[in-house]
Amino acid sequence: MITLNHYLMVSGLLFALGIAGLVMRRNLLVIFMALEMNLNAANLALIAFSKFNKIVDGQVLVFFVIAIAAAEVAVGLAIIVALYRQKQTVTVTELNSLRL
Amino acid sequence: MSSYDILFWFFSLAMLLSGVLVIASRNPVTSAICLVALFVFMAGLFVLLEAFFLAAIQILVYAGAVMVLFLFVIMLLDLKASQRRRFGWLAAVGGLVVAGALVWELGIILQTPVTVAVSGQTEVGGGLEAVVKPLFANYMLPFQVTALLLLVAMIGVVLLSKKDLQ
Repeated sequence: MITLNHYLMVSGLLFALGIAGLVMRRNLLVIFMALEMNLNAANLALIAFSKFNKIVDGQVLVFFVIAIAAAEVAVGLAIIVALYRQKQTVTVTELNSLRL
Repeated sequence: MSSYDILFWFFSLAMLLSGVLVIASRNPVTSAICLVALFVFMAGLFVLLEAFFLAAIQILVYAGAVMVLFLFVIMLLDLKASQRRRFGWLAAVGGLVVAGALVWELGIILQTPVTVAVSGQTEVGGGLEAVVKPLFANYMLPFQVTALLLLVAMIGVVLLSKKDLQ
């Protein structure tokens, strides 16, 4: 029998994976992909709560999250392309012009 | 073990495996393809949770539009030079510690079953009607604001993509 806890466990594990990717990787694009994984983990938790609480509002919230994530990806990738034009790199360790 | 359980474990394990591959693969294109697989398996989990409309949206918006954007940008930026770079020890240890702490915390919290607040109601379902009706009733203002936000994002992207940012 699959309960709410199973879904929350999967969602939490995916979130942890996303956080690990955010910290470990140095390629800006892969960091951005890890961020998308985090958003998806949150979506899974929201839908699981929505289903087991029998309230549809969680699904509406996920709808908004997906819409805003799409806008966020467009803006973020445009920023990465603009950054690449200026610095010719997307490796975060080489983007250190703000370092003291 | 019912077929529901088997499908749940299949989708979850496949999703987490593709998540590991997204992080571990050295080539960004491989990461992107694994991310597509992750989104598809996530849509499978959404179907198991009876959120059919959101499963379709997940496939269309995430696995379709968002990943096409990612692959286009990977194509635009020629990333062959950074492909060989290994991640440093400090970053790897830091990432594992943070993720391990999260999982440990999760294990403690989920030892007791999470109580369901409301029960005894009718099933809401996840079809188009069930999700979209509150969108046009209770959530009308956020819906309009989201539309405005998409417009602003579009203008911002056009502005950012101009040759001279001054």
